[in-house]
Amino acid sequence: MKASDRPEVLSPTTSGSTAPPSLQQRSDPGAGALRDLHLSRGLLVRLVLGAGTLLLVVFGLPGLLDSFWLKIVTSVVIYSIVTLGLGLLIGRAGMVSLCQFLFMAIGAWVALRIDYATSLPFPVLVLIAGLITAAIGALVGLPALRLSGLYLALITLMAAGAITVLLRIAQFPNGGGGFFGNSSAGGATSRLPRPAIAAGDTAYFRYCVVVAALMFLLAVWHLRGKPGRAWAALRQSQVTAVAAGVNTILYRLWAFALASFMAGVAGALLAAASGGVNINQFPVQNSILLLAVVLMGGVYSIWGAVVAALLLRLLPALLDDWGVSTELLTILFGIGVLQVLLTAPGGLVDQVPKDLANLGRAVAGLARSVTGRAKPPEASP
Amino acid sequence: MIEVEGLTVRFGGVLPIDEMTVTLAGGTCGLIGPNGAGKTTFFNVLSGFVKPVAGAVRAFGEDLLAMAAYRRARWGLRRTFQTEQAIANLSVYDNVRLVHENTGGLRGTRRQDVMDAVAFVGLDREAHRQVGTLGVGERRLVEVARAVVGQPRLVLLDEPAAGLPDEETEHLGELIRRIPQEIEAPVILVDHDMSLVSGCCATTAVLDFGKLIASGPTAEVLRNEHVIRAYLGTEEEV
Repeated sequence: MKASDRPEVLSPTTSGSTAPPSLQQRSDPGAGALRDLHLSRGLLVRLVLGAGTLLLVVFGLPGLLDSFWLKIVTSVVIYSIVTLGLGLLIGRAGMVSLCQFLFMAIGAWVALRIDYATSLPFPVLVLIAGLITAAIGALVGLPALRLSGLYLALITLMAAGAITVLLRIAQFPNGGGGFFGNSSAGGATSRLPRPAIAAGDTAYFRYCVVVAALMFLLAVWHLRGKPGRAWAALRQSQVTAVAAGVNTILYRLWAFALASFMAGVAGALLAAASGGVNINQFPVQNSILLLAVVLMGGVYSIWGAVVAALLLRLLPALLDDWGVSTELLTILFGIGVLQVLLTAPGGLVDQVPKDLANLGRAVAGLARSVTGRAKPPEASP
Repeated sequence: MIEVEGLTVRFGGVLPIDEMTVTLAGGTCGLIGPNGAGKTTFFNVLSGFVKPVAGAVRAFGEDLLAMAAYRRARWGLRRTFQTEQAIANLSVYDNVRLVHENTGGLRGTRRQDVMDAVAFVGLDREAHRQVGTLGVGERRLVEVARAVVGQPRLVLLDEPAAGLPDEETEHLGELIRRIPQEIEAPVILVDHDMSLVSGCCATTAVLDFGKLIASGPTAEVLRNEHVIRAYLGTEEEV
């Protein structure tokens, strides 16, 4: 196949990568010469938009929500950090992991354990939880040096299973003694004390938004820098990356470590959220659910992570509120993933704007054909 | 100066390269042969993607085969691929920058070095375009720009003109001729386009079924009757 035969957008190519068919390389959505020529202005606009949205979310949103929905959106914010990491791993580095959900549990566990043992401030706990989870993530990522696609998914799913088993044995620390820090008298649910500046639910929501924003900046910083380019090369093909001098071992493990760092940070935040954490919150099958929403949200844009978190946390709550069975979600997500794999590799964050634009054109075309009868109705593209 | 001695590669029962011994001097050297002769396998040995069962490759006195594959780029080995491999998701500039920053290129001169390489192939006006939006000819040029950035010591071009129209092949030929002088790196060119090979290469080596059957000045090699029989399969004039 000649390269010139490829369509420019949405082109899953046959370049020999072993990722699932529609997850292979493709042009970034909307990436044209125009945007690249006005890179700095485009960046400025995006920064302003991002900051505006952030301010709106931080200060506007809590006032509109009661305590139940505030709890839900807080968890959306926390989960968006995990989906961000997994999205980067799949979309940018071209690898898959099914243990990110359980890495949240590890992050929560580490933060709780260290909190019971020391009096370190909350941000330090979050950071340590992230770093230790990153180290474990890099270990679990070792098979990724040899395996990809289905086999890597299988290995990471088994790792997730192993973590669940260990978690059942160890339980979350609740002030007991020993290495595991758990005593049967302490109750099944553990909660990390919040920082003094974010003791209330609203303040903690804002705190989480700030941490999530930092994680998104960390992601952008990676993607615009040397790691992002190295991952782009790796995703295209291993030999291209090696021929360009990319240390493929380092960058593969780094991608795993970064995604796991984010999962660990999210886990620590989750441990301090309302309700705390208990072991029943982390069933293995949620790993697959997490993968599904990340694919549906879109792995080629970091904003896909927000959509994914909304699908994962807000949608079930909404369905529940409307009296619809949340069992329906499994079916919906199944159809959604099928749709993404078959027709919309960019996910919702890429597809919805396109669909809206198409709809707009169709409506405009219809309006033209109704008002101006002079010319026959033309098919909209 | 690339010295290949007794190089043998084995894939199961097949010997894609069989006791190849050749010395490639500076300048641009052609490597030709029918499909399956072992040309790309030879490049893959140099790149570190294929491990030979026997033999040695010394480049400027250094044992190339002892280096880890990704370190060879840092040493100065550059290559293009038969199926063009410019990275679709990155801009032209970032494609070249990727090579520069991963091969020990200095940060201080990065912008200049990268732009020089992009300008060398004549894509300076397209530097910020996404490679995925370029045509096949331009993508080939991106690959050449990646091959000349950051002081290469040996440039391997694997069928760079495959699928290109004649005038673009001509432009590419001019670039290839400029590499030894302006970039100061020897080039090994694999291509089936004999006019490109004879136009660019002072010397040429011929592989057939993994064996080196001829090497020397290009014009002589192309007149060699063994070469004509093996490569062209007919007695036609070249």
